[in-house]
Amino acid sequence: MIKTFFDCISSWLIPFVIFTALLCGIVKKVPVYETFVEGAKDGLKVSVNIFPYLIAIIVAVSMLRASGAVDIAKNLFDGVLAVFHVPADVLPVMIIRSLSGSAVLGVFSDIASQYGPDSFITKLTAIMVGSSETTFYVLAVYFGAVGIKKFRHALLAGILADIIGIVTAVAVANWLFL
Amino acid sequence: MNKCKQFAKEKHFWHYKNMNYIWFFIIIISIISALYTGKVDAMVNSIWTGAKQSVEICLYLAGIMAFWLGIMKIAEKSGMVSFVAKIITPVARKLFPDVPENNRAIGDIAMNFSANAFGLANAATPIGIRAMEELQKLNRDKKSASNDMCTLLAMNTAGFQLVPTTVIAVLAACGDKNPSSIVLPTLLVTSVTFLFALVIVKLLEKISPAQPDLEKEGEQHD
Repeated sequence: MIKTFFDCISSWLIPFVIFTALLCGIVKKVPVYETFVEGAKDGLKVSVNIFPYLIAIIVAVSMLRASGAVDIAKNLFDGVLAVFHVPADVLPVMIIRSLSGSAVLGVFSDIASQYGPDSFITKLTAIMVGSSETTFYVLAVYFGAVGIKKFRHALLAGILADIIGIVTAVAVANWLFL
Repeated sequence: MNKCKQFAKEKHFWHYKNMNYIWFFIIIISIISALYTGKVDAMVNSIWTGAKQSVEICLYLAGIMAFWLGIMKIAEKSGMVSFVAKIITPVARKLFPDVPENNRAIGDIAMNFSANAFGLANAATPIGIRAMEELQKLNRDKKSASNDMCTLLAMNTAGFQLVPTTVIAVLAACGDKNPSSIVLPTLLVTSVTFLFALVIVKLLEKISPAQPDLEKEGEQHD
């Protein structure tokens, strides 16, 4: 029931945003077609730029999985994680999501292709990745740009927010997809 | 121009410094544990499948990102992004009590949030940094972050986003029939995290050690 409602809103949100953007564009006399093409070029640049990072991480993570290292970690942590229905493969996602956006995307693609798009682990990771921001990178960029050396409570706030993000993602995934 | 170059430098410096170790350890641990578990062949094969897979993911990503950023460019040019920014400006003013009435920072902060929400990271970051520079001008101790600077940072580290484009691209690449069904669950989590981040940063503000200058003289800044 709730799931159908969520699916419904989910699939309507994207056309709604597209519709509003185009309507606003036409009303404001923006050359929508040219503007779209211009933006699409940026999008292409983004994915070309991200490719070397993606290949570095996807290959490294699939090596890690194939080598059996994840299984070793699984045996160590499975007891704790199983209580919250968190598969051991999600562990790297939790750690890397605060460090690098392209890296976490690489780990996520590895999980999604390994377990299939409809599996619980893929859904959980998707939510975790989609709601994440690279905390440490943001800290370095924003404070680095103005020369701040003492972060005060910003660092702790960022880390706590990350933890809450992970917990909420697990809770929502358990609620909707289990 | 100079600011942009400096920003690019910071960005890459950060990325390389940390990922160097992580990437190094992932590969070293893989090789060692492959030797230990005797799965060397499987590990070597995974290099080729992994490389192939990253090309596939990247192709999907290129398509979806190009389309979405095309639409978002229209949203930007038509004033939709700045319209949302205008709506949230009163809220931003409440969140940043130390910023004077007519300061540009509030508008920039609202715009930073709005651009982030629409997934325009490339537009959001320079505006966010400009807001940070304004806050730094109001800051008394130039080496340590003011309360408002921490709040702006928390807003950005929580990373509120309407549509998780890259996640949808990956799901589509892996054969998901309805990849957009992830939108609302993700939106729910990202909203909860964002609100909590604001609450946390405001709570920590109270117990965080005050900046040295502010402690001594409690008067209005210029």
